[in-house]
Amino acid sequence: MSLLVDLVLVVLILMAAVWTILVRDRRDAVIAFIVLGLLLSLVWMRLYAVDVALTEAAVGGGATGLVLLRACARLLPVEAEGRLPGPGTQIAAGLLSALAAAGLAAVVLHPPVPYPSLAALAAENIHTVGLGNPVTAVLLAYRSLDTLLEKVVLVLALIGVWALTPDAFWGGAPGSLRARHASGALDLLARVLPPFGVLVSIYLVWNGADHPGGTFQGGTVLAAMWLLVMMAGLRDPPGISLKLLRRLVVFGPAVFIAVGFAGIWMSGWFLSYPPDYAKPIIVAVEAALVLSIAVILGLLVAGPAAEPPKR
Amino acid sequence: MNAPTLYGLCAAALVGIGLFGLILHPTPLRKVISFNLVGCGTFLFFGVAARRGAGAGFAGDPVPQALVITGIVVAFAATAVAVALILRMLEAGVATMDSRPEPPDDLSP
Repeated sequence: MSLLVDLVLVVLILMAAVWTILVRDRRDAVIAFIVLGLLLSLVWMRLYAVDVALTEAAVGGGATGLVLLRACARLLPVEAEGRLPGPGTQIAAGLLSALAAAGLAAVVLHPPVPYPSLAALAAENIHTVGLGNPVTAVLLAYRSLDTLLEKVVLVLALIGVWALTPDAFWGGAPGSLRARHASGALDLLARVLPPFGVLVSIYLVWNGADHPGGTFQGGTVLAAMWLLVMMAGLRDPPGISLKLLRRLVVFGPAVFIAVGFAGIWMSGWFLSYPPDYAKPIIVAVEAALVLSIAVILGLLVAGPAAEPPKR
Repeated sequence: MNAPTLYGLCAAALVGIGLFGLILHPTPLRKVISFNLVGCGTFLFFGVAARRGAGAGFAGDPVPQALVITGIVVAFAATAVAVALILRMLEAGVATMDSRPEPPDDLSP
């Protein structure tokens, strides 16, 4: 019975994936991709990975979908659909892709015995960091270097996007995210939802230490609230040369790096936490990161500056 | 067959479908979407690995789960940069991957 649910999910996912590739209109492809992201977050629930399900729904479906939809809107009048390759190339591509998929399927069907797992090690040491959620423990303690570098990647991505600003617009604001047609529902939502969104975001971060949730999920919810306000037209995106904005972008990663170096002084290694204070330090780092993540995500969706600077 | 194996096969299919789309579509935005499909499939493999590695009281190995969270975030950042590049390319007048100045004779197959 429970396998039936999984089977239905898999069929739906494959349909969404095929639709994403084959549909003619690029906007339909993006919508199919968003549907796929939401279906995948259900799969993550079925695989008992609630933290990943939250991230997938928020980022994989939501934020990525938003970026792609915005691109569609701007590409719509200009970009040609382009010509598909000839039937020979199509068949060859199909065969090679099928071969790659078959190879991966073979790996899935013949797993090593016993299956490699770090769960035991993660469980053994979790008391040293005082956290209840093993995923947060991996993200912010065992593999905190990965998480630190991930934040650096986010900052670099933002620099990359900003670097694409045309010279005339440098220092200006990204194009307005305002919906073309005023919508009463959107306006109402953008006024009513943000306080609750902020609350949910704080809850996710605070609770993420011991239960599913965490910095990234909280930051995404916060970013979503900001984007909602911008899309309803209540606020326009800020100019990219704004000092406060730039400080917020680097604040989280800077705190994380500072804590990393403090680790050398306190307990001997970069990014190591003194055992008795591990949890408060981790929660403080998360609180700092959440602000930066929200600002960076919002700005990544908004894109490079598209208006000349005001002054 | 159990659920993780089923999802593993689904992940393999997603990667295959994504690769096909990546080769098939000439327009950059469709390529980015296809590449994201490959990414989704890859992430799902981590989910399967996590579920199969369940133990020590956890329903899934937390290490691959944490890696996927990092992965999803990095994939989003890369997509945002790619989309910004595509839009900039468009402003520079390049609309598709094969819309360079046409050679006098169409030599493409």
